[in-house]
This record gives sequence, C-alpha cells and structure tokens, in this order.
Amino acid sequence: MTDRRPTSAQNRGVRLTLIACLGLVAGMTALAFAFVPLYDLFCKVTGYDGTPIVGRGPSATRAEGTMTVHFDTNVAPGLPWRFRAEAPRVEARLGETQTVFFRVTNTASVPTTGTATFNVQPGLLGGYFVKIQCFCFNEQTLQPGETMDFPVVFYVDPAARTDANTRDYAEMTLSYTYFASRNGQPTAALATTGAGAGRPN
Amino acid sequence: MAVAASAGHADAHEHTPPFFQRWFNSTNHKDIGTLYLLFAFSAGIVGAFLSFGIRMEMEAPGLQYFSNPQTYNVFVTGHGLIMVFFMVMPALIGGFGNWFVPLMIGAPDMAFPRMNNISFWLTVAGFMSLVCSLFVEGAPGAVGAGTGWTVYPPLSTDGHPGPAVDFAIFALHLSGAGSILGAINFITTILNMRAPGMTLHKMPLFAWSMLVTAFLLLLSLPVLAGAITMLLTDRNFGTTFFSPSGGGDPILYQHLFWFFGHPEVYIMILPAFGIVSHIIATFSKKPVFGYLAMAYAMVAIGVVGFVVWAHHMYTVGLTLQTQSYFVFATMVIAVPTGVKIFSWIATMWGGSIRFTAAMHWAVGFVFLFTVGGVTGVILANAAVDRYLHDTYYVVAHFHYVLSLGAVFIIFAGVYYWFPKMTGRIIPEWAGKLHFWLAFIGANVLFFPMHFLGLAGMPRRYADYPEAFAGWHYVATMGGHIFALGMVVFVIGVVMAFRSKERAADNPWGEGATTLEWTLSSPPPFHQYETLPVIVDEPSHAH
Repeated sequence: MTDRRPTSAQNRGVRLTLIACLGLVAGMTALAFAFVPLYDLFCKVTGYDGTPIVGRGPSATRAEGTMTVHFDTNVAPGLPWRFRAEAPRVEARLGETQTVFFRVTNTASVPTTGTATFNVQPGLLGGYFVKIQCFCFNEQTLQPGETMDFPVVFYVDPAARTDANTRDYAEMTLSYTYFASRNGQPTAALATTGAGAGRPN
Repeated sequence: MAVAASAGHADAHEHTPPFFQRWFNSTNHKDIGTLYLLFAFSAGIVGAFLSFGIRMEMEAPGLQYFSNPQTYNVFVTGHGLIMVFFMVMPALIGGFGNWFVPLMIGAPDMAFPRMNNISFWLTVAGFMSLVCSLFVEGAPGAVGAGTGWTVYPPLSTDGHPGPAVDFAIFALHLSGAGSILGAINFITTILNMRAPGMTLHKMPLFAWSMLVTAFLLLLSLPVLAGAITMLLTDRNFGTTFFSPSGGGDPILYQHLFWFFGHPEVYIMILPAFGIVSHIIATFSKKPVFGYLAMAYAMVAIGVVGFVVWAHHMYTVGLTLQTQSYFVFATMVIAVPTGVKIFSWIATMWGGSIRFTAAMHWAVGFVFLFTVGGVTGVILANAAVDRYLHDTYYVVAHFHYVLSLGAVFIIFAGVYYWFPKMTGRIIPEWAGKLHFWLAFIGANVLFFPMHFLGLAGMPRRYADYPEAFAGWHYVATMGGHIFALGMVVFVIGVVMAFRSKERAADNPWGEGATTLEWTLSSPPPFHQYETLPVIVDEPSHAH
C-alpha cells in the first residue's frame, strides 16, 4: 500500500521532466529558424539546388570539351522592364572565362529599381558554374526609357566533367528573374500599377 | 503482471462536478479523453463529408459537382488537414492516450491536469480556425485554402492572397501548441507517475507507444510551427524565407515541412501499434510475443523516422548519393516494422483466439497495414518514385496505412475499451458487421487507386480522361459501402446506450491483463485511492 500523494522526489522529477521537455521544444523551434541561414550558407558553399558559385578570378584549370549555356531572362510582374540576353546561348569551353551582355530597358516614365535573382538548371551543376562578375550582385536603377548592357563574367568549372553526377550534362540553363526592388528588398508595388498593388502587406 | 494490492474503488468520493464545470473546465483525464473522442468523431464527420464530396466528383470524368475546380482543391486540403490533425491525432493520442495511459501505469491522473484541459481546447480552437478558412477567400475568386495539407509555397504565398491560408496556418499553430502541451504531459506522467514496481520494461506497450509518440511530437511539431510561421511572415510581413525574389528558396519549406511531416505519419500510427498489441494479446489469451523487441521497435521507428524525410522530395534535384541514402534509410524502417508485424502474428500463433469485434478490427489492421507498408517500400525507391510521384498510387499507399491502418485501430480501440469507458456493451454483431462493411468498402475504395496511379492518374485533380473512369467509379462505390459501415457503428453505439445490459469489470476474461481491467466499468471518477503495486512474476504479460 502506498500513499497516493506525490512524494517530494516525484515532484522534483516532474519539474525536471517539464523543464527538459520545454527546453526540447525551444531548442527545436530555434533549430527550425537557424536552418534558414544555415541552408542559405550551405547552398552558397556547395552550389546545392542550382545556386551558382561566386568566384574571385578566372579558372586555374582548363579542359577539353564544351558546355552549352542557355540564357533565360524573366521580369517579375510589377517591374516595367524589358530584359534580354545578347545571344540565346553560348558554347563555353570548360574553364574558359566568358563574358555575356544582357540588355535591360526601362519602359516606364519614372526611374525604377530592380534586382535580379539567378539559378542554374540542372541544379546539380550549380556548384560548377562560377560567376566572377554579375549585375545580379547589386541592384540597378534605370531612368525612364534608359537602356543598359550589363555583363556577366563566368566560367564552367572543368571539375563538372569528373563528378559522376554531372559528367553527362552537355547543356545547362542560366536563368535570371528581375524583381522590383528598394534598398535590396523586394517590393511588389511599382510605378505602372501605382502604390499598393501586389500582395497585401 | 500481477497486482499485489488491487485498487480500492473510491466509491465514497464519487460526487462528480456539475455539468459545465465537469465538461468545460475538466481536469479529469478520463473526461478529457472522452471530450477528445467526441471531438475526433465530430471532426471526422466533417472530414468524411469532404471526402464524400471528393469521391462524388471523381465518380465520373468531367465536372459534376464543383463548378470551380479550386473548390475541389479546398475539399482535398480540408479533408487532409482535418483527418490528420483533428481526427486521427485527437482520437488516438488525446482520446485513448488520456483515457488509458494513467489507468495502465497505475497513476491517479495526468501530471498536469489543467494543462490537459488547455491542450483540448486549443485543439478545438484550431479546428474552428480551419473551418473559418473554408469560408473566406483564398485563391482569387474562390473561398478556402486549396494548397493541399502540405501548404507548399509559392502556391500558399503568392497563389492565395486571401486570408484563408492564414486561418489554416493559425489552425495548425493552435492544434500544434495543444499537441506539444499534451506531449509534455504524457512524457511527464509516464516518466514520473508509474505505479510502484512498474519499471519501464514492465510498462504496457500502449504506454510505450504513447511515450515514443510524445517525443516525436516534441521534436517535430516545433519545426512545423517554425516553417508555417515563416510562411505567415512571408505572406503578411514581406519577409522572403521561401520567395526567390528576396533570396529565399521554396525547397527550404519542403525540407522543414517534411522534417515534421514524416515523423508525423509515425505519430499517427505508433499509438495504433500500441493498441493493436493489447487487443491481439487479449484475444489470443497470450502475453504479447517479444515484448521488449516490440517496445524497442517503436523506439527505432521513431528514431529512424527523423532521418528519412527527403523521400517525399526525390524529384527536387537531390544528388544521386543523397537519394541513395534516403532510399536506404527509408527501407531500414521496414525492419522494425517487420518485427512488429511478425510479433503480432507470433502472438496469435498457438493462442486461444476469440474473434470478437475488436479482434476482427485488429487482425484486419495487421493485414491492411502490411499492404500499405509494402507499397511504401516500393515508393521508397527513388527511381520508381519518379514514375509514381503525386499519382493515385501514393494516395492508395497512405490511405492503406492511415485510413485502413490508424482508423481501423481507432475503431478497434472503441470496440475493445467501450465497455470499460462507458460500462455499456456494443452488440458484437454490430461491431462485426461494421468491420466487414468497412473492410470490404475500404478495399474496394482504395485498392483500385493502385491501378489508377500505375496508369498515370495524378493526385489533386477534379477532372480526368475517360480512360480512368472505370476504377474511379469502383472506388466511389467502395466509399458508399464504407459509409454504410459508419451507420452500423452509430446504430451499435445507440443500442449500447439504450440497452440495460452492463459490462463487467473485465468483460474480456483472463487475456486482458493490464491495470484498467482491475477497475470498475466505468472506472471511478478518481481511481487508485491506493496505488497498485506491481510485483515481479517470472512470466509477466505485456
């Protein structure tokens, strides 16, 4: 026969378990949010999911063979720009530095600012597509009717030919999307549609 | 196990609080369990109504009932969310867990009775929020959230400017908070309030299953809460966690969601594993085969369940090595699951089997869950998944493990514990007829979906080519048979309450060895005035 009232040892156990459980919940919540910068860092370092690598200089190595790089240009709704690559595709020698110009025109009657996001497909090649210089690293402001040519300087890392995952790819696509931007932050509202358009904020 | 000091019934203290205080401010684990079961049944009716809408529409090609296919998507989404968060989880965890974990481990109540009450009402509030989402604008020109239960961006952010998705997210927040509090309660109760002499290795398997489930909830739900909070701020406060326009990545959401989502499927099925073990042991009049292996198989399933999430996302562009890992890890889960299936069969082997209604459901579960498990192993192959991803084959698979797995055990639990919970007896014929209607109905309903999926029928479409019409028609007929079974169930329950027959303290005989059968039927409002003491016996039961 035991008294059903909890002993002090049991009370201490209950309190310890409660604190441990709450700690676990707090820890997992923190982990979920910590995953955001970690994932971003992980993508940038490994080129995971088609995130191109940012390089400081030309490739140290060259290799036989070429990679056909297609260019895809998009403008998100809300930005009154025209955006085209100078050529639909280039034949890039592996390891050779390439420069391609992209032509952007502001069709609005007011100055507008945009930022381009970028991605390569197939995503597995992200780690082997190295950009040395790109307009997408900064935001651009275009005056009414202004047209600019922006360069992208890149090379395809010859190591793509030694990775079993990417060895067989002969073609890839570099895709850009211009979004309306203000101080590096995306905005949906812009000149042509007037303020307040887009997603409810 | 032997109970040296049987629990004295607290008949002297049987005054129950008045109605409002008893059912709205309830702190009694049995009353809260009852509330959870009633809530799960009510929510289940809403979820079943939505699935009925789906099946009616899919009976024939073309649009018959939904003039706007987006409304069909809303039905699919509502059905999924309700059945997962407001039917299966409240029934198995909140309902049977609250009722029987304290009884089985010899505890007078849960560790935090008031927190238990909050858990329940948070779940109800979550359900209300989800119902609200069905009636406010979601996608332009349509009401409700048509995002699927996974709520992937960008569909859930840019695709649904109206507040419906916000309501749905809020529903998940509320029910998630309720589940986390409930999980803390279960862990604290099980770890600290077992009767003297009941070591963890003598604890009934249902209590084990709830312990593992509670840990899974504690580890996975905060990640879901984080992910949907990011969705909420992406939608309303201009953040870009999942939006490429600000450097975010929608794939990140899928990783976070499935880090929760895969353990979630074990959260739904582990309590069922616990219940089925007791039923099979009871009606085979044998202790469960391989008790320790059964307990640790559940632990293993829980642990491995956390490292297989990307098998839901084979097609997002993972490297071959990553996919190989997830294929392998996923298949590893078949090992502890196989241990459980074989142990259930071994428990029946050579046993003195009585085919009561509850046993029908339990044995039916073992068979159907195995079918669902086998298609799971097939889908685990990354290469095969390329072909079957988002087809009806997947729909068939997860309905075999959930609709025919978890739901069958909810009914098995009802038929097994109904005499204990209410002191009344559902006529055996009603339970058996219900079983056969449900068994035949569910198989006719879901088995043809394998064929549809193999033939290429995609999920989540309101319309389809003529070629798929035959099996869709068969499936809808199966749905009608299943619904008929539900009518039989309700008749059985009504008859139980109208009958003057009363259940014995232990209606199932010597096979039922867990502590709840030592109490009266229904148990006293406060049980275990004096705690039962568990003494060692060479051949202890489960």
